[in-house]
Amino acid sequence: MLATIPVLAIVAVLVFLMLRLTPGDPAAILAGDAANTEQIAKIREGLGLDRPLIVQFGIWARDIVSGDLGESFYFKMKVTALIGQRLEATLSLATLTILFAVSTAVPLGVLAAWRFGGWFDRMLMGFSVMGFSIPVFVLAYILIWVVSLKLGWLPVQGYKPISEGFWPFLRHLILPSITLAVIYVALIARVTRASVLEALGEDYIRTARAKGLPESRVLIRHALANAAIPIVTVIGIGIGLLIGGVVVTESVYAIPGLGRLTVDAVLARDFPTIQGVILFFSVVYVVVNLLVDLSYVFFDPRIRY
Amino acid sequence: MKMLRLTAASLCVASWLVFPAAAGAQGTVLRTVPHSNLAVLDPIWTTAYMSRNHGYMIYDTLFGTDEKGQIKPQMVEEWSVSPDKRLWTFKLRKGLEFHDGKPVTSEDVVPSIARWAKRDTLGQVLDGFIERMDAPAPDTFRLFLKEPCGFVLEALGKPSSNVPFIMPKRIAETDAFKQIEEHIGSGPYVFKRDEFKPGALAVYLKNAKYVPRKEPPSGTTGGKRVFIDRIEWVLALRDAQTQVIALQKGEIDMIERVPFEQIVPLRAEKSIDLVIKDPIGFQYIGRFNHLHPPFNNPKVRLAAIAAFWDQEAFLKAQIGVKDLYKTCASMFTCGTTYATTAGSEIQSKSNMRKAQTLLKESGYDGTPVVILKPTDIATINKLPDVGAQLLRQAGFKVDVQAMDWQTMVGRRAKKDAPDKGGWNLFFTAVVAPDTWNPIANFGLSGACDKAWFGWACDEKLEQLRAKFARSTDEAEKKKLASELQARGFEIGTHMPVGEYVAPSAVRKGVKGLVVGPGDFYWNIRKEN
Repeated sequence: MLATIPVLAIVAVLVFLMLRLTPGDPAAILAGDAANTEQIAKIREGLGLDRPLIVQFGIWARDIVSGDLGESFYFKMKVTALIGQRLEATLSLATLTILFAVSTAVPLGVLAAWRFGGWFDRMLMGFSVMGFSIPVFVLAYILIWVVSLKLGWLPVQGYKPISEGFWPFLRHLILPSITLAVIYVALIARVTRASVLEALGEDYIRTARAKGLPESRVLIRHALANAAIPIVTVIGIGIGLLIGGVVVTESVYAIPGLGRLTVDAVLARDFPTIQGVILFFSVVYVVVNLLVDLSYVFFDPRIRY
Repeated sequence: MKMLRLTAASLCVASWLVFPAAAGAQGTVLRTVPHSNLAVLDPIWTTAYMSRNHGYMIYDTLFGTDEKGQIKPQMVEEWSVSPDKRLWTFKLRKGLEFHDGKPVTSEDVVPSIARWAKRDTLGQVLDGFIERMDAPAPDTFRLFLKEPCGFVLEALGKPSSNVPFIMPKRIAETDAFKQIEEHIGSGPYVFKRDEFKPGALAVYLKNAKYVPRKEPPSGTTGGKRVFIDRIEWVLALRDAQTQVIALQKGEIDMIERVPFEQIVPLRAEKSIDLVIKDPIGFQYIGRFNHLHPPFNNPKVRLAAIAAFWDQEAFLKAQIGVKDLYKTCASMFTCGTTYATTAGSEIQSKSNMRKAQTLLKESGYDGTPVVILKPTDIATINKLPDVGAQLLRQAGFKVDVQAMDWQTMVGRRAKKDAPDKGGWNLFFTAVVAPDTWNPIANFGLSGACDKAWFGWACDEKLEQLRAKFARSTDEAEKKKLASELQARGFEIGTHMPVGEYVAPSAVRKGVKGLVVGPGDFYWNIRKEN
């Protein structure tokens, strides 16, 4: 747990420096097209960007320690408030995506391992290659065109918070979740298949079958339970990768989440927001990995920390 | 009993599942996708067009500009000028009220003009003429000028950034270099601050207390009648393809700017109308950096202008839809008061051989021309490639550097040498009000360090602009504008490379869009 502090400190320093080295001037962006150099300089001064880099970093680091991520240059709001506004949409999208991916990919992977070499196994492997290869935005456009425009089953875009009703909330998230989940279904199904396949070759499986246990019990209680650690690990990594995926998905489906906020902040060179969001994502990533590590104890009692 | 309770509970859960909680009566709702994101809510602090459009929703102006470019009164009822043209007296019309219920008085007008005059280019020039302002009565304010000024009404009625919006005194007294915190105006819509989600949604409600003028709406003038109860700017919907599909499906009612590649397929769509709200449109310009070689040499700039004689090449590549563009060699937008061909022979009647000869005569040493290319702005991203090819044909060495728009915006503000992060040439699109008269036209400023990016430095240009500012005779103003443009071409401040209009796309039932230089939401009706 203590190891997270240096990780976050390194992320903070790197993000701060990289942003300052990236071309683009937040003051010029805020000033608009018709502004002159003098007006831009005034805005730069107002944002504190004319101060030495070390002073700017010192102020930011001091604020972070006191739990303040600063104020957005672009939106004139506290970064914590901006993250709070966007969190529900991203969290909902990520949760639905992971739920959909895990509930689909794990059974598919187990079945493919059970029927190793058969038509189902080959089909799943073919699907996996496709899932890895299709860019998220291409899949999104195809789904929108077929499901929303031609069939008219689901909305094209937008997001409804859960407070406006569960069904409106869900129907706005079905297509984005499927779009985002496809690559994770491919990834998790492949890893599940490989892990279960390895477990099925073990002596304890032969023993279980010799005892006359039904095949479903052999597969779930013995093979899958023993193959769980690599699967859980890849799900954890998947949650980290999801952060990259939501950026594109939220843009195409117009979901006002953290992914879209990141894009807006990067385009506007809104340093405090970019720094805040990346720091937040880092914390999420560290926490998810910690939870994955802790879950190993549950799946394999031999593991101790 | 137990059964009844269970049934009731189930019904409650089912209703929450199926029906939105906030499905209250909202009246007529218009959902629209603006042309960009709304970030800054202070239209005086920034020149961003989205902030200007936000301003038109909630604030009103003293004067406005109609669709023909004529200045007409808006909040002002009547006005007079003293015989020596140094005292202007304005009387406000009755019934003006801010969204907080307080009446609009001249006490609000004076600080509003003062704050705007500190930020706006035209306002700063006007400020130079103003000796003082006062408010002798709640409905009367006066401008005392040091000397006669030829553009008082043009300045107070200017339609584009920065627009002199009238705010309550306590808000208008905010430092001009700090953003305002309250967003209360007296305009046709009320801003719903509590529903504003930056980058996601901005909501405006009908201002039921707004008293529109009697005249029909035209540009930013006339009766601003509101027929829509709630306007939603769907800021999160930024993907062009999804915008079009959402419009086809009826999830949104309007797209302010349709990408050019979508025009032809949308024209075939029966449920959608393409509307040109701003027939004067935009002007494309190429801007030289006058500080660094090779364009610190006027002869080299002239060679480049001659090379850019083929405006059609730019327009065909960038827009492609013939009826949306036109060639125009005037630095003042074609079709407006001061449009002229004076001095434009170098561009309009030249050819590539002329450019090659001029370049040879200039002593050009082969310094590469660094052209900034913003890849993410679909309305201008092809201009640099066409420009580069024409320059190569003329004998220039060219280095086209691709970047996103915001990088370009930051970079063009830098005065460094091109090989140290600076630049030589960029292209952009400018809305007509920013080019249609000699003072608003920032490309024609020769004020050196204070001039627009590129920092043209020319005493004669400044003298002509000053004369224009002082002139109160329309014939003389036209003559001065011609001279100014001729001088602009003579020293090569920048070059116009064509003009275009940008259609909006609306669902068939959306009617009454106001024609003028901007995106205005009064007079719009939504019919089923």
